[in-house]
Formats: sequence, structure tokens, C-alpha cells
Amino acid sequence: MITINAQSIAFILFSLFILGGGLGVVTTRNLIHGALYLILSLFGVAGFFVLLSAPFLAAVQVLVYIGAIAILIIFAVMLTRSMTSLTEAFNRQWWLAGLVGGLLFIFLAAGIILPVWGASSAYAGQPVSDVVATTTDLGIALVDGNQYVLPFEVASLLLTAAMIGAIVIARDDE
Amino acid sequence: MEQQCRDLINTLAACMVAGGTDPNLANLLSALLGVVLVATLPLVTVILLIWVERKFAARIQDRLGPNRVGPFGLLQSVADALKMLTKEDITPAGADRFIFNLAPIIAFAVVVLIWAVIPFTPLHVGSDLSVGILYFVGVGSIGAVKVMVAGWSSNNKYALLGAFRTIAQLVSYEVPMILALLIPVMMAGSMSMQDITRAQGGMWYIFASPLAFLIFFISNLAETGRAPFDLIEAESELVAGYNIEYSGFKFGMFMAGEFMHVFTVAVLTAVLFLGGWWGPGVEQIPALGFVYLGLKTMAVYFAMLLIRNTVPRFRIDQVMNFNWKFMVPLSIVVVLVQAFLMRITTSLGLAPNEAGDFVSNLPQTIVLLLGNLAIIAVVLNMIRNRGRQQRLADEAAAAHSDLAHPAGAPAGD
Amino acid sequence: MIALWMYLLVAAALFCIGIYGVLSRRNAVSILMSIELMLNAVNINLVAFWRYLTPQNMGGQAFTAFVFVIAAAEAAVGLAIIISVYRNRKSVIVEDVNLLKW
Repeated sequence: MITINAQSIAFILFSLFILGGGLGVVTTRNLIHGALYLILSLFGVAGFFVLLSAPFLAAVQVLVYIGAIAILIIFAVMLTRSMTSLTEAFNRQWWLAGLVGGLLFIFLAAGIILPVWGASSAYAGQPVSDVVATTTDLGIALVDGNQYVLPFEVASLLLTAAMIGAIVIARDDE
Repeated sequence: MEQQCRDLINTLAACMVAGGTDPNLANLLSALLGVVLVATLPLVTVILLIWVERKFAARIQDRLGPNRVGPFGLLQSVADALKMLTKEDITPAGADRFIFNLAPIIAFAVVVLIWAVIPFTPLHVGSDLSVGILYFVGVGSIGAVKVMVAGWSSNNKYALLGAFRTIAQLVSYEVPMILALLIPVMMAGSMSMQDITRAQGGMWYIFASPLAFLIFFISNLAETGRAPFDLIEAESELVAGYNIEYSGFKFGMFMAGEFMHVFTVAVLTAVLFLGGWWGPGVEQIPALGFVYLGLKTMAVYFAMLLIRNTVPRFRIDQVMNFNWKFMVPLSIVVVLVQAFLMRITTSLGLAPNEAGDFVSNLPQTIVLLLGNLAIIAVVLNMIRNRGRQQRLADEAAAAHSDLAHPAGAPAGD
Repeated sequence: MIALWMYLLVAAALFCIGIYGVLSRRNAVSILMSIELMLNAVNINLVAFWRYLTPQNMGGQAFTAFVFVIAAAEAAVGLAIIISVYRNRKSVIVEDVNLLKW
């Protein structure tokens, strides 16, 4: 049902990265391992962005998520070192959480698959066109007065506020 | 020009198709061959470069350097590699075995990965990504992961402390490096390495923005962890740092990764600021690009060696102060001034035309250069004032302590 | 060729894994990592819909960029809070941080 070519192989590989890494994050007891699984999962998402012809987002994904957020998380894990490997990693309602996650997935999957079920073929949902906006278009859209310049400025303000807030909260008072 | 060349490899693929191989398979194999070629180039070069570096250091220190193995000691690196391979491979007790073995591979891979986007000639480039610069920054930022992983999985508190120290330095110096990278991107109007090189046909960017070049160069010295920023290693003062528990082949991979990183940074500096493969006659004979790029790379590389062997090591607080209180503000100012001046020159009609030859580049370059010189003058003036105040304060303190302790006991630091 | 629903299915699975992590883990850092997984699932959806339905319009990519910003801000502030809590209570278990609960 999927023709075997380089793209579909890459898709399956990246899907395995994403889902395997995700499962690793939520199941492993050792937090450093969890952070490494997170990196694997994020890397798979970057691969998806390449497959979806958004190379800029893929590069930013690697730079921001793996280069900054994952490093930050590993730092935090090491600073709170006595908590790295808890004997009880899960709370008492873990089975309920599993139930919620499983049911939600069933609903979402039904919502995704049912519309294409029995459609002319499994290939339903092809891209409407092969012409894709480029990184230049994204840059212009972000600073264009008619498009996203206001959210863009608010986002930079948010980053500044978050930086100052993080410094103030985490600072040692002594 | 636009054909994704590698003539030899394409010919090979065509031959395979003619010989009855499936075209897809032939394409895949030729792509793999290209990957192997691009990845092997730095590996082979680095073996020679280690010899060059050791000879260079030896001459500076008035020694002979390696001279036993092979002619002029050329095979010394090979002998060292063999020694590394035959050493016992130790995994410390309590180490996280899988991650411990993963770290050297990451260390090595992130450097080789950068070579995928380096344009060697107008035709030869591994992959001309439209986001080449971001790719380089992204791959480079994975370097911090390898340090963290190596330091933590060793189950050694010195390794962990060394990893913290290293990460602090790597993450800090990424900021001015990325800001300095913005300037070639702004001037070329593209993040593709090949486009940036092509845009330097009339004028190298080092002339338009010497400050950006200096910031990029210095922050990369810190990223590679060589002297004067070798707090990471600091053989003579501290234990080796995050890679202390590694031995044999795994340590060799860390070391080769470090040497290759220095070389890679030299190539990148040549590509981004020294015109890459540009040189006389390169448009007729593209293969000449290899020679020009090699020469420029060697110039940068020798500058790095000279600095490494002559400048004393910083203290960690000096490293951090230098970055956050000097490099980061300076790079922000440079980016702002450069963008402003480029806007002005463009609206005055001084921007280089499509041909991008020397003459059409001249007006804008002169304006940008003057802007850079103005920043340099202001900065030098500020440094001189601060130095004078510091000296006056020191002299006052010294006079005071002489009065307080007539015996002249040292007042500590 | 890969169809749109395959991307959506992977994203849905990742989102549910993230939900499970948020609801079941005790360590605050784990919860933060699970939230990052959920944000990434959203990003996959945004980019996939953009590529398959409106490849000329930059909305999908622009919103993904904003999600990056939110994720970075959230990680910075969240981890700062976790470290601050750890400093005061010697614990990063969310159940132990119950001073405001009666």
C-alpha cells in the first residue's frame, strides 16, 4: 500500500525514531536516558520537516530543541541529581493515565482514518501542489505588516520576558 | 553550473545503468559514494594536519618535533593511531555502557556532518542546502550533547565537573558566533554556502566586515576548545575534563574529532569570509577551487596554530566575562550598524549590481569598512580608558597596602 | 508517496504518549519533557497540513516558528521553577509541592 522508495523508507525510519523516542521518554526511570530519548524523538520530527519540504524549520528544530532545550533539560536533571533515578517513577494513577492516552489515541485515529477509509485508495490526501513556499517567503511573511509582524514582535517580547523571568527565579539569593 | 556535478560519480552511475543496474539503485550507490568521498576528505587530511601541528609547535618551542617515523616523521600520526588502536579499551565500573560508547561517535560525527555543506569548487559540493548556515549551527550545537553525555556516563565527578565547565563555554560562545554569521547571510541575501561564496566574487567579506570575521574567528577558537580557551582540557592545571575516563580508540576519536573541528572551522572561515573557492581562472577550470580553498584554509589554520602556541590560557571567569561583557555586546552592535549601513547604501544606489564585480562592490565595501573602523576606534578607546582606571586603582591600592604592610607582604590577588 | 493521514497518525500517537507522560510521571522534569513531546506533535500537524493543503500560504510554518518560541520560553521558565523548588524543598516530585493545597 506504500510504494517502497527512499521517501517512504525515510518516513518509516523517522516515525520509529519519533514514537520509540517518545515511548522511551515516558517509560524510562533514568532521566538522563529520558532526555536522550527525547533528543531521538525530536530528531525524528526534524526529519519529518525535511520530508515535508520545510528545511528551515528542520534546522531550527535541531538548533532550538536539541541544541538548547534538550541541553537545558539535561542540565536541570544534573542539578537535581538526587532525583535522577526514582524507585517510584510513576504516580498511583498511572493506569488511569494510560487509559486516557489510549482512548484519546483511538478517538484521534478514528477521526483521522475514517474520512479516508474506503476512499478511492489509500493515497487520499496528496499535496494540492508541488510548488512550495520557500524560506524567503517565510521570512517575508514574518515581517510583513499584513501578515505576522505583530505576533512576531510579541514572540520576541515573550522570549525577553521569559529570559528575565528565568534568571530571576533561578538566581541564588545569597 | 547548476548541475550537481561530481563528474566521476555521475559517470559511474551512468555506466552502472548501462550495465543493467536498476537506475534507483545506481543513484543510491552514487550518492553513497559521494558521502564516503566527502567524509573521507577531512579524515585523511587530519592525519597530515596533526603532523603539521606538532612540527609547528615544536619549532615555536625550539624543538625538532616528530622526526623518527617515516621521512621527516610524516608517518608519526599513523604510528600514534596504531598505538591508540592496540591500547586496552577500558569502561569504568558503574559507567552507563551504551551512552559511554555513544559519546565518541557523536563527537566524531558532528564534525564530519559539517562537511556536507562546504562548497569546494563552483561544482563540487556535498549538498547545497538552502539553509546551509543554519545546518552548520544546528549540527555544531549537537556538540554540546556529546560533552554532556561523555561527562555524565563516565561515572566520575571530575568528568562531570569538566563537562559543566565545557558546556558553559560552548553554549556561551555560540551566541556571538551566530550573530557574526548573520553578516555574510545579510550581505549575500542567502543562507546557502554556495550562494555566499558566489556573492564574494567581487569582494571578500573580510574587507567589508573585519569585525564580524574577528568575532567569528575568536568564538570558534573557543568552540573548538583550543588555547587560549582550552579550559576544557587544561592539561597542566586540571584533570583532562569530560573525556578523562576514555582510553584507547575512543579517546582517539575524541582527539581526532577535535583536530578535525579546528580544520573544519578554518575551512568555514575561508568559505564565509575569504571568498571560498574564488581565485583567478576558477570559472574556466572549476577544479582550481580546491587549490584556492585549500590555500585560504591553510592561512586561517596557521593563524590558529600561532595563537594556540603563543597565547597563555585564560581563567574561567575571564573567559565568561570576555564573552558576555565584550563579544556579545560587540557582535550585536556590529550587526545593527552593518544592517543600518547596508540599508543606507542600498537606498543611495551604492549596492553592488547583479554582476557583482570588484568595482560595483567598492562603494558599499568602503562604507561598511568605515563603519567597522569607527566601531573599532570606539571600542579601543573604551578599553584604554578602562585600563587606565584599573591601573590607577591598582596603584592606589598598592600604595595603600605598602603603607599598611611596610614589610611588603603580597596582598593576595 | 506518503499521504497526509500517515503524518497525522504519527502526530496523534506522539500526542497521546505525551499525555500519558504528563499524567503518570512524578518527576517534574519528566512532565516537562512530555509537554515538549506534545508540542512537537502539534508542530508535525501544523507543518503537514501546511504542506498538503496550503503550501503557498505561510501560516503553517509561521505558527510552527511561534510554537518553537513558546517551547523555548516554557522550557526556560519551567526549569528555572523546578530548580528553585528543588533548592527550597530538596525535591522535584510534583506531589511534594503541595504548600498551596489544603
